[in-house]
Amino acid sequence: MSEPAVSTIDVNGFATRVWRKGTGPRLGFLAGYGGLPRWVPFLDRLAQSRTVIVPSLPGFPGGDRGHTVLDSHLDWVLAARDVIDKAGLAGADLVGSSIGGSFAAEVAAIWPDKVARLALIAPFGLFDARDPATDPWAQKQDDIAGLMTAQPDTYKKLKEMPPGANSIEWPIEQTRAAEAAARIFWPLGNTRLERRLPLIKAPTLILWGEHDRLLPRSYARTIAEAITAPTEVRIIAGAGHLAELDKPEETAAAILGFMG
Amino acid sequence: MKFLWFHLMPYRELPDDFRDKHPSVWVDIHSALFDPRRAHHMYNEFLDELEHAAACGFDAICCNEHHSNGYGLMPSPNLIATALARRTTDTAICVLGNSLALYNPPTRVAEEFAMIDCISGGRLIAGFPVGTPMDTTFAYGSNPSLLRDRYYEAHDLVLRAWTEKDTFAFNGRFNQQRYVNIWPRPIQEPHPPIWIPGAGSVETWRWAAEMDYVFCYLSYYGYKMAQSVMKGFWEEMARLGKDRNPYRAGFAQVVGVAESRQQALDLYTRPAEYFYGRCLHVDPRFASPPGYVTEATQRAGIESQVKMAAEGKSQSGPSANAPSAQKMQSLARDMKGIVDNGYVVVGSPDEVVEQLRELATTLNVGQLMLLMQFGNMSTDVVKYNTRLFAEKVMPKLRPLFSEWENRWWPRPMEREERASLPAFTPAASAAE
Repeated sequence: MSEPAVSTIDVNGFATRVWRKGTGPRLGFLAGYGGLPRWVPFLDRLAQSRTVIVPSLPGFPGGDRGHTVLDSHLDWVLAARDVIDKAGLAGADLVGSSIGGSFAAEVAAIWPDKVARLALIAPFGLFDARDPATDPWAQKQDDIAGLMTAQPDTYKKLKEMPPGANSIEWPIEQTRAAEAAARIFWPLGNTRLERRLPLIKAPTLILWGEHDRLLPRSYARTIAEAITAPTEVRIIAGAGHLAELDKPEETAAAILGFMG
Repeated sequence: MKFLWFHLMPYRELPDDFRDKHPSVWVDIHSALFDPRRAHHMYNEFLDELEHAAACGFDAICCNEHHSNGYGLMPSPNLIATALARRTTDTAICVLGNSLALYNPPTRVAEEFAMIDCISGGRLIAGFPVGTPMDTTFAYGSNPSLLRDRYYEAHDLVLRAWTEKDTFAFNGRFNQQRYVNIWPRPIQEPHPPIWIPGAGSVETWRWAAEMDYVFCYLSYYGYKMAQSVMKGFWEEMARLGKDRNPYRAGFAQVVGVAESRQQALDLYTRPAEYFYGRCLHVDPRFASPPGYVTEATQRAGIESQVKMAAEGKSQSGPSANAPSAQKMQSLARDMKGIVDNGYVVVGSPDEVVEQLRELATTLNVGQLMLLMQFGNMSTDVVKYNTRLFAEKVMPKLRPLFSEWENRWWPRPMEREERASLPAFTPAASAAE
């Protein structure tokens, strides 16, 4: 696994990290809950046949304190569009997971020209009182990893402080990612995304981890039914909420197969 | 020195096996544990106790705001304060306070506090807490990442609503009102004294100092554990060029006084163990919603841990920087631990005097808030505790800090100008 090329873009005055690796047609990825404090095998797998471009979202690792100037959902959606444009992803295929999945769907719905084909991995944005999502913010610190991935060690490894990192700033950056998620989605994760899903024109793949303990699998059906463009729903066996971390090979293969 | 008698209004009949059977006293405490007919008696006895404290000569009676909380039955402290305003005459009424960010629009706070100030003849102390994570973010669904910014903006709005003479438009980041013009308006000019409950946040200390407000450290863990917080507070005041006027600071202390130390232990062990065992039993998953603790305060907390580890010291007691529910996880729950750790000041009147003198002088605190009802203490014991304190403890401590001016105390109307409150005579069969 080699490291990606790193560049920065300006989002509302905050220097925001963009990773780039591989060759072939462009494929964007917007990360999920907790963001990406480090490069992960899932992205390497995608980079085998695509130019993978991974911009950070405001407040998530690599996104500085960009969340602090975003007060409304409109602010967030405009920031996501800015990120897509400045990372050179306009018109490309786009993958979003969890938090990032919600913004991938928003951009595809509101600016259909920005997204060619779309893949959503258990996106935030919905809440069904009959099948409620788990509260990710009312958790004991030790329980979060098990909520995010089927194998808790997968998420723990993602968040583990690497040797040489700043031992004060690293944990603050991880808390900041949880805060940024809360800032958009507190308290129920419900941004009424359902109302905008019918605007999506891109063919859409909806992936869900078989053991997602955070967002119920029934939401996959709701999303598929709301999108009028062609959709496909795939369940990733053995995966939790962040399926791309639990099952990088299977998740990437499903996406690459769909994107063609 | 000022003595403020503080009631939390705990539900007094949580079951003996509460800690084993129930995950939390706060947020998702089960409704089956609440009997409204028992609460009828509790509320009325609590109000009696507060009125009793006023009659005993305490300088102020205090109430505060909690939501979905088995140890705090005051979602609206303003209702309680209003009832007290009608049943007391000279005592200050301290509402500690209204969690500003939870009111929509926040001018509601300006209005209700103005009402209490008018009804009481200018006896209100206006407290503005941010509010705990359990109250604000979980019970009330307020966004933890926006809470503080909303709080500061709401404060600015309330202050302008109190002080500006003409109707104005408020064009805030979170609140927009075309016509701000509160009726009624507070008696106290320019506004009632403002007190800010908080803990170990440097930002809060600085802000309170800049605004010239009282900072109140409402700890349940006693004055010995509060030393580092108040030391930090006074060092910050020195850095900002503020004097050491002890009336800049308030501190809450649980106190039980009796004729002898043994008698005090006999009387107060059960209520203390109920308070620390059942009332402060909070599910740790509600401890720390992300964003509630600012990054500057997180940084200060991590740095101090790193520093202590480097010096080979271990943290004694809960860290002031930790959110309240996190502190509650490592508490002593038995009377020996409660007393040994200094959470509670208990003893004979002379022993209590000595401990509170040490509290006042080491913390340099002039506004002393006393929790003399705690846990499931019966109303008779509450009144005994309160009267004995007023008679045997208060007079000996009263002269402390007499060299300082308390600029943060209510300035009510002159007594002869105020409405006289008729003695309460129940109208026969009014409710029948």
